[in-house]
Amino acid sequence: MTNAYLGVDIGSISTKGVIIDDNNNILASSYLWTKGNPVDAVKEVLCELKSKVNNVKIIGVGTTGSARKLIGTMLGANIIKNEITAHAVGTMSIYPNIRTIIEIGGQDSKIILIRNGIVIDYAMNTLCAAGTGAFLSSQAKRLDVDVEEFGSIALTSSNPTPIAARCTVFAESDLVHKAQMGHAKNDIIAGLCKSVALNYLNNVAKGKKIEKPIIFQGGVSKNIGVVKAFENILNTKIITDPNGHLMGALGVAILSKSGKNINFSFDITESKFNTNSVYCGKCPNNCEIICVRKDNTLIDSWGNRCERGYDKVINIKK
Amino acid sequence: MKKVISFPHLSNYYIPISLLLEKLTNLKVISSPHITKKTLEIGTKYSPDSVCIPFKYNLGNFIESLDNGANILFTAGGGCRYRYYAEVTEVILRDLGYDFEFYKLIPEDKFYVIKAYKLFKSINKDLSFFKYIHSLIYTLLFIFYMDEIDKIVRKNIGFETKKNSHSSLYKRMLNEFKKTDSIFKLSFLYFKYRRLFKKIKINKPKDCLRIGIIGELYTSMEPFSNYFLESYLAKANIEVKRFTNLSYLLWQKIFIVRHMLRVSKKYCKYTLGADGLDNVYRAIKLHKKNYDGIIHIKPFGCTPEIGAIPIIQRVCNENDMPIIFFSYDSETSTEGIETRLEAFIDLLNTRRDKID
Repeated sequence: MTNAYLGVDIGSISTKGVIIDDNNNILASSYLWTKGNPVDAVKEVLCELKSKVNNVKIIGVGTTGSARKLIGTMLGANIIKNEITAHAVGTMSIYPNIRTIIEIGGQDSKIILIRNGIVIDYAMNTLCAAGTGAFLSSQAKRLDVDVEEFGSIALTSSNPTPIAARCTVFAESDLVHKAQMGHAKNDIIAGLCKSVALNYLNNVAKGKKIEKPIIFQGGVSKNIGVVKAFENILNTKIITDPNGHLMGALGVAILSKSGKNINFSFDITESKFNTNSVYCGKCPNNCEIICVRKDNTLIDSWGNRCERGYDKVINIKK
Repeated sequence: MKKVISFPHLSNYYIPISLLLEKLTNLKVISSPHITKKTLEIGTKYSPDSVCIPFKYNLGNFIESLDNGANILFTAGGGCRYRYYAEVTEVILRDLGYDFEFYKLIPEDKFYVIKAYKLFKSINKDLSFFKYIHSLIYTLLFIFYMDEIDKIVRKNIGFETKKNSHSSLYKRMLNEFKKTDSIFKLSFLYFKYRRLFKKIKINKPKDCLRIGIIGELYTSMEPFSNYFLESYLAKANIEVKRFTNLSYLLWQKIFIVRHMLRVSKKYCKYTLGADGLDNVYRAIKLHKKNYDGIIHIKPFGCTPEIGAIPIIQRVCNENDMPIIFFSYDSETSTEGIETRLEAFIDLLNTRRDKID
C-alpha cells in the first residue's frame, strides 16, 4: 500500500478530483459536471477515482472551490482552502517559473500574479459573472452551437464582429442586433471570444501588471478561440496545460500533505448525505442555518451569526 | 399625540446619540432596532435601485422606527451624495403614507451650533443654552472615549486568551457610561476602563499580521454593512487599524486636511470629496508604518471612493503594498467575500514567510 492524497475541486459548473502520490504525481483524475448537485457529483467523482487506482491508502483529503465547505465536511477533509491559494500551489508545482495565472471558470474569473514563487497579488471578478464560462455557454445556446465547438468555429473567422464587452446584458443585446443585421455566425462567435478576453482584461486584470510567462486555466481555457484572442491582445504566447482544469484539485491535494493525516475510505460513497436549511427565528435577522446530515445524523451546521441558533439545530437533532 | 424621537442606527453610537436627543428635547427617544436582514430587505424594497447601500440601511431603520411608534425623525446629512439623502428619504416615507416630523442636523455640510440650538429650542421650549452646550460637549466626549477604547480593542481582540473578554467588558463600560450625567465622572470612568482593558490577558506575538481598513465611512463603521469584517479578521488573529470613527468625522478631520494634502502631494493636488483624500493619505501612512496589507471597503457605486481607488492603487503599486477592494451592496451571501479574504490573508502570510 502506498500513501496517497485526494484533492477535490467543486466548482459551480464542474467537479474535479485527483489522487496524487508523495511526489505530486497524478495517479488518477476525474472531471464531471456538477449539475447543481455537488454531493452527488463528488460521489461520482470518487467512484471514478476508486476504479482508476488500486492499492493506495489515502491519508490526506483537501477540498476547494465554491462548495468546499460542504464537501469538506462530507469527506472529513483535513484541509479546506480557497480556490486562489489552491490554484497557485497547483500551478507552481508544475510550472515553477510562472508569473501570471489567468483563470476563467464557470462563474468566476481570477488573475493571480506570482513573483519568485510567491503570490504577490490577485483579483477576482466582483459582483457579476460577466465574461465567464456561464456567459459563453448561454450565448452558445442562443446561437445553437455546442460550446465545445466554439473555439474551432471562432478560428475560421478572419473578421471578428466587435461586441460590447463591458457587461453580459449589454453584450447579449449587442449580439442580437449584430446577428439580425446579417453578420456571419463564425464572425459573431469570434467576436464573443474576443469580448470575453477584453472583459477580463478590463475588469479583473484592471491595474495589474501581466508579465510572461502566462498560463491560462479553467474551463474556458479549453476554448481555443479565447486563447487566441488573449494572445492577440497581449501579443505574447500563452501556455495552456492539458491538465489545466485540474490545477485547483492538485493544489489542494498538495496542501493536504501538510495537514494532520487522516484515514479516508471510499466507502463514503455508500453513505447518504442530505442538507436542509433551518431558519433560526430568534431575532429579526432570521439566519438561515444549513445542517449537513450523514445517514441522518447531524455532522455540521453553519450560517448563524451568533450562538443562539445553535440550540435550535441541536434540538432538531434530538 | 405623544411625541417619540428616532434616528438611524450606526454601530454602538446609538447610545450617546439617543442620550443627546433625550436631554435636548425631553421627549421619549427610541433608537431604531438593531440592523438585521429584515432592515435591509425593507430598505431595499423602497429605495431607488442604484442608490448606495447606506441609504438603504437608513431607510430601513426609519421605517422600522416609524412602525415602532416614532413620529419625529433625525438624520445627519453632509458629506457626499449623503447631503441630499434626507430630502429623498423624506419624500419616500411621505409617499408610503407615514406622518412624521423630519429634521436634518447638518443642513449645509457643516454643523452650525446656533442654528441647531434654535432647532432644538423650537422642539423643547425649556432648553437653556448652557444645558445645550453641556450636552454637546458631554456627547462629544462620550463618543471620543468610545473611539479611544475601540482603538485598544481592535489591537488586542484577536489575541484574547478568554473568549469574549473584550466585548463583555465593552458592554459593561457602555452601561456605566450611560448612567452618569457629569462630564467629570465620565472622564473618570474612561480612565478606569482604559486600565481594565489594558489588563485583559492576551497572547499576542510580536510579529502578528497587521491590516489597515480604509474606505467609505458608513461601511467602515457599521459592522453589519461590512459583514462583520473586523470580527472575521480578529478570528484570524490579525491586528486591525481603522481610521474612520465618529470623533474623526465630527471634529478631528478639519485639523488635518492640510497635513494630508502635504503628505499626499505626489498624488493629489486637492481634496477628492468625502473621505477620498483621507484614504490616499491613509494608504501612504499604512505603508510607512510597515503594515502588512490594506483592505479598502465601499458601498457599490460610491463616487468619491471610485475617484480615489486608482490613486490608492498607484500608491500601493509603487510601494509594493498588498491591497484588496470590496464593494458592498444588498447581497446577503458572505461566501464570495470570505473566499477573497481568506486568499488575501494567505497571501500576506506567504509574503511574510518568504521575506523572513
